[in-house]
Amino acid sequence: MITLNINGLDVSVEKGTTLLEASRFLGFPIPTLCRMEGLSPYGACRLCVVEIGEEPRKKLVSSCTYPADEGLKVRTASERILRARRVVLELLLASCPQSKVIQDLASAHQIRQQRFKQEHEDCILCGLCVRMCEEQMMAKAIGFQGRGEKRAIGTPFDIKSEVCRQCGGCIYVCPACQLRCTYTQPEKAICGGCANLTPPCIEKDRFHDMMCYMDPCVACEIKKD
Amino acid sequence: MQKLSSIYEFNALQQRLVADKDPNVPTIVIPAGTCGQASGANDLIRITKREILDKGLTDRVRLRVTGCHGFCEMEPSVLIKPDGIFYPNVNMDDMARIVNATAERRVLEDLLFEIPESKKRIEKQSDIPFYKSQNRSILSRNERVDPIRVFNYIESGGYSALIKVLFEGKPEWVVDEVKKSGLRGRGGAGFPTGLKWEFLAGQPNGNKKYLVCNADEGDPGAYMDRSVLEGNPHSIIEGMIIGAYATGATDGIFYVRNEYPLAIKHLIIALRQASDLGLLGDNILGTGLSFNIALVRGAGAFVCGEETALMRSIEGKMGEPRQRPPYPVQKGVNGMPTAINNVETWANVPLIISSGAEEYARIGTDGNSGTKIFSLVGKIRNTGLVEIPMGITIREIIEDIGGGPSDKKAVKAVQTGGPSGGCIPASMFDLTIDYDSLAKAGSIMGSGGMIVMDEGTCMVDVAKYFTAFLKDESCGKCFTCRKGTQRMHEILVDICDGKGKTSDIDLLEELALVVKDTTMCGLGQTASNPVLSTLRYFRDEYIEHIENLRCPAGVCKELITYSINEDCTGCLACLSMCPEKAITGEKKELHVIDAEKCIRCGACVSVCKYDAVDVR
Repeated sequence: MITLNINGLDVSVEKGTTLLEASRFLGFPIPTLCRMEGLSPYGACRLCVVEIGEEPRKKLVSSCTYPADEGLKVRTASERILRARRVVLELLLASCPQSKVIQDLASAHQIRQQRFKQEHEDCILCGLCVRMCEEQMMAKAIGFQGRGEKRAIGTPFDIKSEVCRQCGGCIYVCPACQLRCTYTQPEKAICGGCANLTPPCIEKDRFHDMMCYMDPCVACEIKKD
Repeated sequence: MQKLSSIYEFNALQQRLVADKDPNVPTIVIPAGTCGQASGANDLIRITKREILDKGLTDRVRLRVTGCHGFCEMEPSVLIKPDGIFYPNVNMDDMARIVNATAERRVLEDLLFEIPESKKRIEKQSDIPFYKSQNRSILSRNERVDPIRVFNYIESGGYSALIKVLFEGKPEWVVDEVKKSGLRGRGGAGFPTGLKWEFLAGQPNGNKKYLVCNADEGDPGAYMDRSVLEGNPHSIIEGMIIGAYATGATDGIFYVRNEYPLAIKHLIIALRQASDLGLLGDNILGTGLSFNIALVRGAGAFVCGEETALMRSIEGKMGEPRQRPPYPVQKGVNGMPTAINNVETWANVPLIISSGAEEYARIGTDGNSGTKIFSLVGKIRNTGLVEIPMGITIREIIEDIGGGPSDKKAVKAVQTGGPSGGCIPASMFDLTIDYDSLAKAGSIMGSGGMIVMDEGTCMVDVAKYFTAFLKDESCGKCFTCRKGTQRMHEILVDICDGKGKTSDIDLLEELALVVKDTTMCGLGQTASNPVLSTLRYFRDEYIEHIENLRCPAGVCKELITYSINEDCTGCLACLSMCPEKAITGEKKELHVIDAEKCIRCGACVSVCKYDAVDVR
């Protein structure tokens, strides 16, 4: 057993436990986007950062991948962490505004503005689909390709995969295109965004009585500026 | 090549090689690394060979083709050993004369190095200001060794450190020596090498243990590692065998980027020679030590210089970093304990063993011992590789070794550490060069790139260039690194195009700090340095761009205008040069630039002899 200190509380966990699991065990909330029970942690979204160590060597690490270590001091909600999370969410919102998951997270973190140029990308490259395909569906049909700006998810050589069984697991876990997979249950869909893939709430002028569960709505805040 | 089966046989071979050599015969040394070959060293070699054969000079003069010596500005150059006569920028037509003069032990005065100001000629290489202030313990070995001839290396004292270790040292003693020497990783982070070796040695024996030489040198404008790989591959191999003895490693891996074909060629030759001689393989020199080295070629990703990404790349996976811990020393290549060191670190190891740890630690400063090679490039007169003891100031490098700015413009800043480093302004040039003080100034030592910038360099443009590099070379795993560098670049492009907002500076700073904080690997954690350091020291330039829509250095095309002033003599030179026909005027009359047509290419500036074109 390893004993570590999270937000001032000592906790004993088994070897191999991540900081995220230890923190959640104690009830400290940490937002995540690229993590899912049953899939190996990846550390791509950087939302789950926590602060470890002491001055002057304090640093932020992704709690979903960092293993618990004897005597480690962890803080899950310091000013530095919250500021970082807010910027991460602002960046996410700027690139992928139509995702309900991201909208909710942004709302929960009081994001009231979005200062970057608006983009409408679908994919945030969290890699959930890649891991789902490989680890749960045992298919390895899709993977990452390219790096930097050109990084994308696709099949080898971008041709139809022979190992893909079209199970839909990749769509099921996707936090960005969730709307698309609720189309069989239209009553659960928020806005039918799957039909046109444009974020309807951004174009509020054209849709007057938009149903929106966000309180307050991030997109509307942007529109006001 | 006969396989050597004992230390005794090796010593006999070395003694024979030394005895066979006549030290009085002058040797023409031609540096022909990639840089030398590009500037024409191959032609010089060809002419020299023909001249020696035609005139029958084989007994009176020798030729040695080596790797780069460092003074790239003066290449192709010729060095005459043992006298040390240095001929810079040798013309093909003069080469035959040099060969004949060398055979007759004459010096050709007219071809010697000339000091630009005093027109004084200097005969000896060691007296040239560029070389005088250096401490070339690694680079000077490039002059003595033909990289594809192992006997050359052995004759000049190579593999003696290995023999010393095998003969008298215990593994713990070697680790101790390296620890005492204070050698720190030359790849940039500066982790104590001895400590890393101790960790690796402490891992349970039995299974495989790996040593990796990180030769994935990707910084723009840096080529120190390439020169060592090309010029003296055996010194790195020797360092790795010593490392294997000290740590109990069983396998070595060279990870070389594929963009270095000559380095790869020399390494393959060197590895084969070392195996043929019995210096690699099973039961090395009959001592029971077994160590093999494989060569892995990188596929061109900058991020693969990061150790965890490098290991994945070796395993054949996509080069992307992973969380540390577990550190490579616990779980590295193929899950086995691994120690990764930079080319220069490995090349330092034989030096430490030969000279002794105390002697080595005397070079440099406390906590930063030894020498470091920098590639000095940019707006400086003497570009090239400089090897300096740690602890000298930036000013000494730029003024004494570099010879000051290449133009009339004053030096404004120096950028160290490649894309992950930062810019240090001229006012701080008294800063000493070591890992800690550079980090304090917001830059890093890095692998040793040093780019000099003068008044004609726009610092916003520099930050834009480096973020453009990083947004392409970030692996893209961490969202903040991938998107953060893209967004920083986007904001910087806006500022350079005159579309910046005052709030952009704060946004840029906030974003840069978050990228630094929240990313996983060294690339992301240092990706903001170019932005943060230019913001820290050159914020006024950013403000000038945003508020006055002016680029003080005259670089950002959207913010500058070209005009012709009263000094114009009406020579028509710019007029005929302008690709857009934007300049009008008659002979001996003042010319005028049509701002509408002008595409700000700068052709008129470069052609004008009278400084009559103003850039504002």
